[in-house]
Amino acid sequence: MSMEQPIIETRSLNLFYGSFQALINVDLQIQDRQITALIGPSGCGKSTLVRVFNRMNDLIDGVRVTGRVLVQAENIYAPSIDMIALRRKVGMVFQRPNPFPLTVAENITFGLEVHRSLPRSEFRRMIEESLKGVLLWEDLKDRLDAPALGLSLEQQQRLCIARVLAMKPKIILMDEPCSALDPIATMKIEDLMRELKRDYTIVIVTHNMQQAARASDFTAFMYLGELIEFGETKSLFRTPRVKRTEDYITGRFG
Amino acid sequence: MSTDERRLATKVRKVREFLIERTIFVSGITSIVIVALIFIFLLKEGLSIFLTESVFDFLGGQFWYPISDPAVFGILPLIAGSVLVTVGAAILSVPIGIASALYIAEIAPPRTKEVLKAGIELLAAIPSVIIGFIGMVTLGPLIKDLFDIPTGLTALTGSLTLAFMAMPTIVSIAEDAITAVPRQYREAAIAMGATKWQTTWKIVAVAARPGMVAAVMLGMGRVIGETMAVMMVTGNAALIPHSFLQPVRTLTATIAAEMGETVQGGDHYAALFAIGIVLFIITFLINAVTDLYLHRSVRK
Ligand SMILES: Nc1ncnc2c1ncn2[C@@H]1O[C@H](COP(=O)(O)OP(=O)(O)OP(=O)(O)O)[C@@H](O)[C@H]1O
Ligand SMILES: [Mg+2]
Repeated sequence: MSMEQPIIETRSLNLFYGSFQALINVDLQIQDRQITALIGPSGCGKSTLVRVFNRMNDLIDGVRVTGRVLVQAENIYAPSIDMIALRRKVGMVFQRPNPFPLTVAENITFGLEVHRSLPRSEFRRMIEESLKGVLLWEDLKDRLDAPALGLSLEQQQRLCIARVLAMKPKIILMDEPCSALDPIATMKIEDLMRELKRDYTIVIVTHNMQQAARASDFTAFMYLGELIEFGETKSLFRTPRVKRTEDYITGRFG
Repeated sequence: MSTDERRLATKVRKVREFLIERTIFVSGITSIVIVALIFIFLLKEGLSIFLTESVFDFLGGQFWYPISDPAVFGILPLIAGSVLVTVGAAILSVPIGIASALYIAEIAPPRTKEVLKAGIELLAAIPSVIIGFIGMVTLGPLIKDLFDIPTGLTALTGSLTLAFMAMPTIVSIAEDAITAVPRQYREAAIAMGATKWQTTWKIVAVAARPGMVAAVMLGMGRVIGETMAVMMVTGNAALIPHSFLQPVRTLTATIAAEMGETVQGGDHYAALFAIGIVLFIITFLINAVTDLYLHRSVRK
């Protein structure tokens, strides 16, 4: 495996919910502009790990993190970190599509207003650009002022990706982004991820082994809070090095 | 369980479902019928005033002299009094009430939150006479001295007292609405780098808007219908007010104060019932407008 400078790197990362240790000594390197899939049985810590990267775990009382987490070589758990800038750089898409109960356009301009990253006169252009980025522009260009909650689930999830794109992030975290969608919508979102890979780093949590195999470049297999195996998706699925990984991807447990 | 028993159990359940359904249906119908009957009664007792006083003179008349000879029944001063006191109460209670609700729901630490919520429930339980009484003996003199006016019983005193009464309703219902905003919206906003304040203001407050409108409307409903407290603190002068520092008299206070002195079936009696009709229509309109607004935003 040839590695460039990784865009995300964890070193002996441990995470505790109170006294329960949810991540154990995780050392992981995520490459720029690649799709990295996190797989593993329920409760193994996949969501916990992606929520480390944008520090969403901070919202939960009693969470404690040790070790180092570097995003673009910057320690994001350093006291001096600018959380707002971090969350602009590391966007997140959730399991259930959760557009704001606002209009389509307002969903996209929310991030722009929060970060004051663009003058108002540019909002229109950015709405168009972000919606085009998720292939929604043709469908929605006449419905920019329609309520976002009136869209189909797939459209809502695309809109959630679009509002992240509008912030010009480097990394997009997706926690089971397709689990509320039907198979056809799932395929379309996977196609979209391959499009986005040209400009963004994507980390996707998935329960769906086929999805990981189809859509990702690298795969990390986790079990009970530990990173068991990490490697290029092709080789991990074809020739897993660890017995436990093999058992999981062949469906013997999980 | 044997088949027979099972059949019996099914039957019992069916009968019970049927009874429950009917009971709910009958209660619903009953409340509608009662409201309709009240309105019909109001019409029957009140409409006769329009034989002596035209609708225009009644609603637009500037003088309310019910016991002079000849009597004059113009309720414009009373409408003006009600509107002034209500608008004043709204201006005071809505911003403070909504802000308190946001504070309790979003900012207050759990302990403070519990204490405040209990306090608000307690405030809501104080009978209006008591609030009126306290307003009369404390607020009245204060306003009199503060503005150096002949009497402290003014529209402003009424607005303050009523704002105080509307506040618990507004706060507790708005707080419920804010707390009910799904966590996933907040999470999304925070994940996009929004601060707590931006999340509250731009997302939570907007998502809770229908509930907050309902809270305000219920609070205002309490204000418009309130009688005892306003009667005690507004000075009861049936004159068209030109400022908040003048005594006023509201529609409700007029009915309460004068009903005892009227002759049943007389003009004065009918005029008071006609005021009741006006109040009924105002309340109905406010409810209808709120409903329309809420349904629109739900569909939205
Ligand atoms: N807020 C919390 N407080 C305490 N324990 C938690 C909390 N959130 C998660 N956990 C625990 O941490 C472990 C990892 O949870 P996590 O949600 O990261 O798993 P996951 O791999 O995403 O699972 P799933 O596939 O079901 O989404 C689980 O054992 C879970 O019970
Ligand atoms: Mg999860």
